[in-house]
Amino acid sequence: MSHAIRADKFLLDADRTTWHDETLWFVREKRDRAVYAVPEFQELRELASGIKNHTLSRLDLYLQEFEAAAKANGVHVHWAADAAEHNAIILDITRKAGATRIVKSKSMLTEECHLNPFLIQHGIEVVDTDLGERIIQFRDEPPSHIVLPAIHLKKEDVGDTFHTHLGTDKGENDPQRLTEAARQHLRAKFLAGEVAISGVNFAIAETGAVVVCTNEGNADLGVNLARVHIAAMGIEKIIPRLSDLGVFTRLLARSATGQPVTTYTSHFAKPAPGKEMHIVIVDNGRTQQLGRPDFRASLKCIRCGACMNTCPVYRRSGGHSYDFTVPGPIGAILSPNIDMKKHSSLPFASTLCGSCTDVCPVKIDIHTQLYKWRQVLGEANEIPASKKWGMKFMGRVLASTRVYGLGGQFARKALRLLPHGLTHAPSMNAWAVARELPEAPKQSFREWYAKQPAPAAPSKTSA
Amino acid sequence: MKVALFVPCYIDQFYPQVGIATLQLLEKLGVQAHFPAQQTCCGQPLANSGCESDALPIYKHFVETFSDYDYVVAPSGSCVYHVRKHFDKLDQTADVQHVRGAAYDLIDFISTVLKVDALPGAFPHKVGLHLSCHGQRGLHQANESEMTPVRDGQLSRLLRSLDGIELTQLNRNDECCGFGGTFCVSEAGISARMGQDRVADHVRNGTQVLTGSDMSCLMHLEGIVRRAKLPIKVMHAAEILNGVLVNA
Repeated sequence: MSHAIRADKFLLDADRTTWHDETLWFVREKRDRAVYAVPEFQELRELASGIKNHTLSRLDLYLQEFEAAAKANGVHVHWAADAAEHNAIILDITRKAGATRIVKSKSMLTEECHLNPFLIQHGIEVVDTDLGERIIQFRDEPPSHIVLPAIHLKKEDVGDTFHTHLGTDKGENDPQRLTEAARQHLRAKFLAGEVAISGVNFAIAETGAVVVCTNEGNADLGVNLARVHIAAMGIEKIIPRLSDLGVFTRLLARSATGQPVTTYTSHFAKPAPGKEMHIVIVDNGRTQQLGRPDFRASLKCIRCGACMNTCPVYRRSGGHSYDFTVPGPIGAILSPNIDMKKHSSLPFASTLCGSCTDVCPVKIDIHTQLYKWRQVLGEANEIPASKKWGMKFMGRVLASTRVYGLGGQFARKALRLLPHGLTHAPSMNAWAVARELPEAPKQSFREWYAKQPAPAAPSKTSA
Repeated sequence: MKVALFVPCYIDQFYPQVGIATLQLLEKLGVQAHFPAQQTCCGQPLANSGCESDALPIYKHFVETFSDYDYVVAPSGSCVYHVRKHFDKLDQTADVQHVRGAAYDLIDFISTVLKVDALPGAFPHKVGLHLSCHGQRGLHQANESEMTPVRDGQLSRLLRSLDGIELTQLNRNDECCGFGGTFCVSEAGISARMGQDRVADHVRNGTQVLTGSDMSCLMHLEGIVRRAKLPIKVMHAAEILNGVLVNA
């Protein structure tokens, strides 16, 4: 199913679409205010982009440096080539710890690897502790945004969900009361958690420590209460030095939610006495993307979600319309790397307006990569045949002055003579579903120009 | 200065008055532009659809048509952006490089090359400016709201110089209108919704005349205005500027 079809479903509820658009635009405006207040913001972007480019050019060396430093800290380091290995490693650690209850702090990587259903299938309870994640976990839905996973839901939806799963009063929509209900419920889960899984925002090669940024403090609660901490990170999360971190923490929260920094920026370097710490380093298609020169820069992404908040298509089609762990503009350049056929419509789910590129805190040329994916998909015959042949035909017409002139005359004449009901039949003309066609003039510009007693063309040899 | 007029295919066929206004405006500013009759299109619709290789003959035709001119001026930022940015697929001969550098959007040409920032004349209407993404973010004709808080640009400067004009303050200054070339057909639902939202912003803030320097965005917005039978007139900026200037 293409993005357009899924988007049309979302658009059917016009009021919800308006609300979704306005809510995300509110976040985008908050981001603007926070960014305008930092005079050196563009220098920070440039610096962050440079650090990431440098790191990606020596990724193997920095990963080895990180592994050595982490091991020296007493951390167990595991390497996973793909999602299956990632899941198997986590199950193995959990079993060896004799645990059956896991608390998780929002990690898009475990979502990408479909860890939850895998663990549940093996008899282990997994609780997502981020409020938004918990809401969608109750509803058995994937996140629709990487920072605001339940942004597609209104408070009434959350009220219904909590009524069903947490026993809150029917019709209770007060955010304060709903949050309190979730808080009480999650406290019990935190206290019972034997293993805590966290994501990783940044992994520092120099120190072997991982940094997790949250607003709810749920990573800290989970990790400090459980016996075992498992941090799951993609290979692209590496930054070289601790002194690089400030560049990214200043960019991350401002770009994501318009906050100066996240409420909690937690460093995890070594296990507490008597406890265990594991880091699972995952590839899952990332080295393949690293090997595509046109798309390598997508690995610079720090997952702030700013491109989603600014994208006029995302805001009106919702995250689920992308059907990929990371939706929005960045998701549309990451997803074809994983499955070109399945995600072939995503690079076309954009007007190439370029707002995503301008908003990106690490300067990923997102809209340029969307354009380049289109060419790759076209060459691989992964675009609709009707479009491909239509474009081939158009190419013939537009490469010839004569054919183009005749075709234009014919089209204008047809448009003038045919009844409006036919030229604007929605079944035949997608344009006319919501728009009037331009009025066809009697003569084209070139026909007008040819009749002008215009001054002679300047001689091609004279300057 | 040898200046060629490039009239993009859809303007040639559907909006000849925009081509005429562009030509006359340039004349009034002292530039005698020539329209090479063999021109067709820049190839953007094909390339944006993932059929760049099918567009190469069009690119070559474009370069052959315009390589003898010092400047190629078009009333459409997105075509110019395409020539500048995406003709990198051709062998970079001297002609190709020359044409890529010589391509200018009309307003950019007036501001940057002719160095005209103000025009005499009056246009006593409430005018809403649609900043096209390719002009603004691609050709940097105005500051992007993502980048800095400054919201000025070449076209707003020119329009503000007219007597009696009032420019609409929009809630979302530079959001995309949703045209996006073939996007308007392949993602028709989202495209329409974006255009409707864009028009609603102008309606809410009192726009009487909706203008811009990229006719493709305006074609899409005009289609929505006319479908909804709104009392908004859609005009390319060249039509406004040409209309207010008397012959030099």
